[in-house]
Amino acid sequence: MTLLAEAKGIVIIGRIGPLDLIVRPKELTAIVGPNGGGKTSLLRALAQVEGARGNVWVAGESLSAIAPNRRARLVGLLPASREMIWPIAVRNLVTLGLIDPEASTVEEALSLFELEDLARRTVDRLSTGERSRVLLARIAAAGPRLMLLDEPLANLEPYWVRKVLEYLKRRKSEPSTATLASLHDLTQLKHFDRVIAVDHGAIAFDGSPLDFLESREFARVFRLSALELDLALS
Amino acid sequence: MTRFAIILGLIGLAVSHLLLPWGPVEAVRATDPELLSTLLGELRLPRTLLALGYGATLGLTGAALQALFANPLASPDLTGSTSGAALGAVVAAYWLGFSSALAMAFAGAVGALCALGLLIILAGRRAEPASLLLAGLAIALAGGAGTSLALALAPSPFAFYDAFDWLMGSFADRSLTQAAVALIPAGIAFTLIAGRANALDLLVLGEDVAAAAGLRPRRLALEIIILSAVAVGACVAVCGAIGFVGLIAPVIARRLSAGHPGRAMLPAAAIGAGLVALADLVSRTVDLNRSIPVGVLTTLAGTPIFIAILLSMRRRMTS
Repeated sequence: MTLLAEAKGIVIIGRIGPLDLIVRPKELTAIVGPNGGGKTSLLRALAQVEGARGNVWVAGESLSAIAPNRRARLVGLLPASREMIWPIAVRNLVTLGLIDPEASTVEEALSLFELEDLARRTVDRLSTGERSRVLLARIAAAGPRLMLLDEPLANLEPYWVRKVLEYLKRRKSEPSTATLASLHDLTQLKHFDRVIAVDHGAIAFDGSPLDFLESREFARVFRLSALELDLALS
Repeated sequence: MTRFAIILGLIGLAVSHLLLPWGPVEAVRATDPELLSTLLGELRLPRTLLALGYGATLGLTGAALQALFANPLASPDLTGSTSGAALGAVVAAYWLGFSSALAMAFAGAVGALCALGLLIILAGRRAEPASLLLAGLAIALAGGAGTSLALALAPSPFAFYDAFDWLMGSFADRSLTQAAVALIPAGIAFTLIAGRANALDLLVLGEDVAAAAGLRPRRLALEIIILSAVAVGACVAVCGAIGFVGLIAPVIARRLSAGHPGRAMLPAAAIGAGLVALADLVSRTVDLNRSIPVGVLTTLAGTPIFIAILLSMRRRMTS
């Protein structure tokens, strides 16, 4: 089976790694773990931000070796911070940094996250949840092979939690794409194909959600058992 | 359309700045036409070039620093780099005995760089607006006090008197050599900073997103800070400090760039050039029997605008 992405020896010193990881096509992976355990760092290391070491290949191409404008097609990051202080209109922000965005793709992304009515508003005047939708729309418009989403469900009302999850599942029908999303709400694990639990900067568990809930690692990572949390996948 | 209007306006302003006040030009033309080229080329041209070039530098570096610090209150003066440059130039001129314009421009750049370095150590690069402002204020005050001390204790008893006109921001009686010393380094730094407009725009999405897109935010920050220090330092060493233009020009420019802080750099440069040239024209044509330093004029005019920006920020934070 071909791989969508492969990481070897990725490290952010003092935060995460070194560790190796493979991501298969169409896979929807949840990254969970305690506060400060390294979820955000794992995503940043996979995105190969400045200061991250190691090698990451997406669709066979090494992120460190390719031109920046090609990189946007391979990997997209939803940042942990939704803060935006500049008065940029939603529609402009969605196309910011995209190479030759197609008008239809942008409109599709705007309508997907129901941003048409907000399109002319500026992002500095939006709520945190609205900004999350804008940033998600931007990544959707970019359509990268590998999406790295830091808490995509945080700050969203129930309607949008469901819509975003539906979008992520729909994305699985596109060949040669994959998504990794960190989350805190463990009741959402049932929507994911794979769970990676990160604790103390290392991978504590990597497998299916069902196995995770029943595993000893669950209690070790969260200091509570799945039973105590009333978690069940069915 | 707006672009053409701005360029035409700037050209008109440059020509007016060169030719006004018209009285002396007319008088020289009537008596000795050969003297006219000396008057325009050697006396007035450096002044026009410096006013436009310094203004453009302030506008551009102000916009770049605001984009970099993600803070509409960052500017060469409020980050302390102007004061640092003045201190560097004063120390070089009165203590180290460097009298050449080039050495002073270099010392000005070093002073500005030290101030920006200190700012990052004190406040951090992604500081809250308030802490950046406070750290910048502390550095500006310390730089100002250091400059006064260096002048007070200078071997030359006339240091204070000499420096007054220069440090308050003035374009009067500068030579073409001085203009070149300020504007050539500033021009090179200007070109390099202007080339990073798209990168600075990408920072709007946060450093991590920019980094994931292949940008190197830390290196970009270092680049912008060093280039801004060189540009501002060279200008301050020759013309002294001019306040508030670097703060206000980018604020107006972002209305032209639909809020994008990187794309606002060139409009900010044009607006900065226009503001400084206009202020200098006013300082030269308003006749009070003595000259008002142009830096005093820009600061007087800029203070109410600065307060308006502060108030609008406060409204946004509490709303």
